[in-house]
Amino acid sequence: MKRRSFVTKTALGSLATVVGADIVFGNHLPKGYTPLGLDTVDPYKAFGKHPDMKVLNDRPWNIESQAHLLDDKVTPNASIFIRNNGVMPEDIDVGSWTITFDGESVKQSKTYSLQDLKSKFTQYTYQATLECGGNGRIEFDPPAKGNQWGLGAVYCAEWTGVRLRDVLEDVGIKDDAVYIGYHAADTHLSGDPKKEPISRGCPMSKALQDETLLAFKMNGEDIPLAHGHPVRLIAGGWPASVSGKWITGISVRNKVHDGTKMTGSAYRVPCKPVAPGTEVTDENMCIIESMPVKSLITYPKTGGRLAKGKPLHIRGHAWAGEYEVVKMEYSIDFGASWTECTLSKPANRLAWQHFEATVNFPAEGYYEVWARATDSNGKKQPMLVPGWNPKGYLNNACHRIAIKVKA
Amino acid sequence: MENPLQSLLQKLYGLLLGFFAILIAAGALLVYVATSPDPFGMNTPEVVIAETETEEVVDPDLIENGVHVASGLVEGEGLMTVVQNCTSCHSGKLVSQNRMNREAWKHTIEWMQETQGLWDLGNNEVIILDYLSEYYAPVHHGRRQNLTDVAWYDLE
Repeated sequence: MKRRSFVTKTALGSLATVVGADIVFGNHLPKGYTPLGLDTVDPYKAFGKHPDMKVLNDRPWNIESQAHLLDDKVTPNASIFIRNNGVMPEDIDVGSWTITFDGESVKQSKTYSLQDLKSKFTQYTYQATLECGGNGRIEFDPPAKGNQWGLGAVYCAEWTGVRLRDVLEDVGIKDDAVYIGYHAADTHLSGDPKKEPISRGCPMSKALQDETLLAFKMNGEDIPLAHGHPVRLIAGGWPASVSGKWITGISVRNKVHDGTKMTGSAYRVPCKPVAPGTEVTDENMCIIESMPVKSLITYPKTGGRLAKGKPLHIRGHAWAGEYEVVKMEYSIDFGASWTECTLSKPANRLAWQHFEATVNFPAEGYYEVWARATDSNGKKQPMLVPGWNPKGYLNNACHRIAIKVKA
Repeated sequence: MENPLQSLLQKLYGLLLGFFAILIAAGALLVYVATSPDPFGMNTPEVVIAETETEEVVDPDLIENGVHVASGLVEGEGLMTVVQNCTSCHSGKLVSQNRMNREAWKHTIEWMQETQGLWDLGNNEVIILDYLSEYYAPVHHGRRQNLTDVAWYDLE
């Protein structure tokens, strides 16, 4: 009986794709979008994700990648994690999409169509490392609330769009501007139209950087629906929640933006370190800005068995929020000794960097290859899970893979 | 915006896609005919497809191997109260991923009431807290765990 249901669904699905997406609205829909209710759809098919991706949550969609899926230098859509806070918008009409700039610190509010933005301002392309603030949450003890991300909530894609700075200059900003906050087309899980699922932002200094974009394209194509079609704010190196999806408005504020998930304990850590399990009041929680130095071994996949005497080629990526990674090392003796890897320069500021090394094992047995990055401030990744915090953010502990050397 | 060649190509592409999709649909229909006890819908035509789909979506009460299939939550006293009150707004996975003691689960409920529009749970709150603190209690794993569930394979 189950099989029968699957078959009929497939038949319906293909027909709907033909009739709905590819002919009638072909120019308005991103690739992989099906006009059926997204709640009932196979997420791998609907979002074009690799079968090894892990669904953490289906309402809202939260889907995690894995280290070995992130081997590409520029991450393809199939391996990019999804972190939604609300219900994704449907029936997106690119032709009538607008972005309104308002707030206390604009000289006058102004609305642009997507076409305006594309034609009035110069377009730029940058790679950006986007990592969820809660990546690695699963390792905190006592456990922290929220989606239990392992290590796959990070990627580096290439984004094309206009500089937010250029648009803000065109709008006209008052001297008292402090922060920007975004507004978007996703809707609250409770269905309450007055609630925004998420409305975060960043200080003006980050908003005005060259690499902060209102992007229309990801990896040279229309942004996939789950990643913010038709326009996404890109602020690389900061918690990925700053890079708002489905943008409909930007408020320029004369104070720190107070939208949903800017206040309370969301995307905040204790201003001063606390013992594990401590209760921290909201006023003692500080907003996360640059993400910490971190790295991933993306080849080989953990669990490789190697013939004795054979060298092992490893490779991966390293990133450091606003900063650059200056050194990359590996250890096969749990940190007793470290060996330096070859490390590339970033394609541009805020892009992740690539490392590689050839590892020789002294004898047969069980090994772990640990990787450790050092940033331009001299900060290294810790081997242990770093400072406990109530919401389980900023776990940048070293990644490791298991290897067995056979006799 | 678009030149005539581009739009012609797009039309061709659409037609091709349509053709393939009809092929796929026809294939699916064949399988359907082969597996369905009443393939030609003598009693109920066409609409049958939609009906079987809704009918065969997981039974809301089904428990398999100690897990409530529709929500993914473990079987136990208070389960259906949790399902009814918690999974109408968010996925059961948001509950089952987390581990908290009674106090922290209570805080989470209060937070949802203050900020997310969760209703007053009345007498159900005790039932829900009993269930959550029993089946989704914290497990301590220290500063770093062993690597577990490694799927071993041979490297070249």
